[in-house]
Amino acid sequence: MFDFSVISQWLHTLLLSFLPEWATILVESVIVALVIITLYAVFAIVLIYMERKICGFFQCRLGPNRVGKWGLLQVFADVFKMLQKEIIKMRQTDRFLHDLAPFFVVTASMVTFACLPWNKGGHMIDFNIGIFFILAVSSVSVVGILLAGWGSNSKYPIIGAMRSGAQIISYELSIGLTMLTVICLTGTMQISEIVQQQSELGWNIFRGHLPMVIAFIIYLIAGNAECNRGPFDLPEAESELTAGYHTEYSGMHFGYFYLAEYLNLFISAGIATTVFLGGWAPLHISGLDGFNGVMDAVPGIVWFLGKTFFVVFLLMWERWTLPRLRIDNILTLEWKYLMPISMLNLVLMALLVAYGLYF
Amino acid sequence: MNFTLFVTALLTGVGFVAVVTILATLLSPRSFNPQKEEPYECGIPTRGRSWMQFRVGYYLFAILFLMFDVETMFLFPWAVVMRSLGPAGLFSVLFFLFILILGLAYAWRKGALKWH
Repeated sequence: MFDFSVISQWLHTLLLSFLPEWATILVESVIVALVIITLYAVFAIVLIYMERKICGFFQCRLGPNRVGKWGLLQVFADVFKMLQKEIIKMRQTDRFLHDLAPFFVVTASMVTFACLPWNKGGHMIDFNIGIFFILAVSSVSVVGILLAGWGSNSKYPIIGAMRSGAQIISYELSIGLTMLTVICLTGTMQISEIVQQQSELGWNIFRGHLPMVIAFIIYLIAGNAECNRGPFDLPEAESELTAGYHTEYSGMHFGYFYLAEYLNLFISAGIATTVFLGGWAPLHISGLDGFNGVMDAVPGIVWFLGKTFFVVFLLMWERWTLPRLRIDNILTLEWKYLMPISMLNLVLMALLVAYGLYF
Repeated sequence: MNFTLFVTALLTGVGFVAVVTILATLLSPRSFNPQKEEPYECGIPTRGRSWMQFRVGYYLFAILFLMFDVETMFLFPWAVVMRSLGPAGLFSVLFFLFILILGLAYAWRKGALKWH
């Protein structure tokens, strides 16, 4: 399997050969920043197009099909239109908090985005507390949503923000517990090591059999709720709250929330891929050497993106199939079903690990 | 290196929002109209302030979340070393989990999980 760190090492030594160390780090940071922004923009565009097409097909429509071939340029047109719209300054808002909210939302999703392992050696941020770090940073976005609702000083946004706060922090618990289940099995929190382990021993979802499958399903449900999507989109329920917490945002200010929502979807799918479906690790079936050889020939990034977009498709399927829940249904689902189940699941996993009953 | 990259990603996020906001402000047209600055409320003028008292249910769930989140945080170090601890590690943490589940059961019994 191709190791991406060869390229980064080569670049590092090349830069060190004619630059002092601080300048090398500076240049590398700028490169990383450009890579993050480019990938962020590209994936936002791909995901928005994908969502609109898939939603169209689920509802027996065609989706966007006028701008460009198969509507491919529709999202670009939307972005340029949004850039040209006025950012309206409301009279009663708390201007500082109102303008601060997009910073929180976008920054949180960008830092989490930088934690994903794209390929062998192709990761940006790789702390030894990887998963814990991701959980910590991704939950900062709820601060941005609450600020957006509170700073707007309008009735719909504040209802949306409060709902969103209650919902996101509740589902955070299930995500934490499913991640604990994974860590029990892997014995490490470092993202690159978790994937490395899976490339040698098989994907976690196969290694940990039953508890891992339960954890994966719980993660899919909670991941959709974390992004304010799917049947859990009542913070921005358009039929009751207009647009929820971003009602008072116009133009590009609204665009940030839209961008962050889709990137958060990609990030939750990416984390699910990393911890359950093996990240960039190819599919191996022990005993079939020819098959494994063919699978190894496919580059890691193709595996990662393929699996991630598969999970994205699952999450979109969930969104466009199920009707929206009420706030008390959502909290009941989390506190009375998902959380006890994921706790028992953790105990089951610990039992299997303690007695070595995993593959 | 990791911390440098973390700060890089952080600054990228902040810089991205700042630059694009400035760009959008420069590109966008501007018009003035007193009605435009009104908060949105289905076309009628809004009544009263929106910074008001809120349903206690949200607060209750926030408190419960705080309790359980801190307790799951304590489980992370245990989960990392679970494999080397073996059965002893499992049984010693079962007490902790038992208290955690007892807390949930108490809140449930007291009706804190019900949306009034």
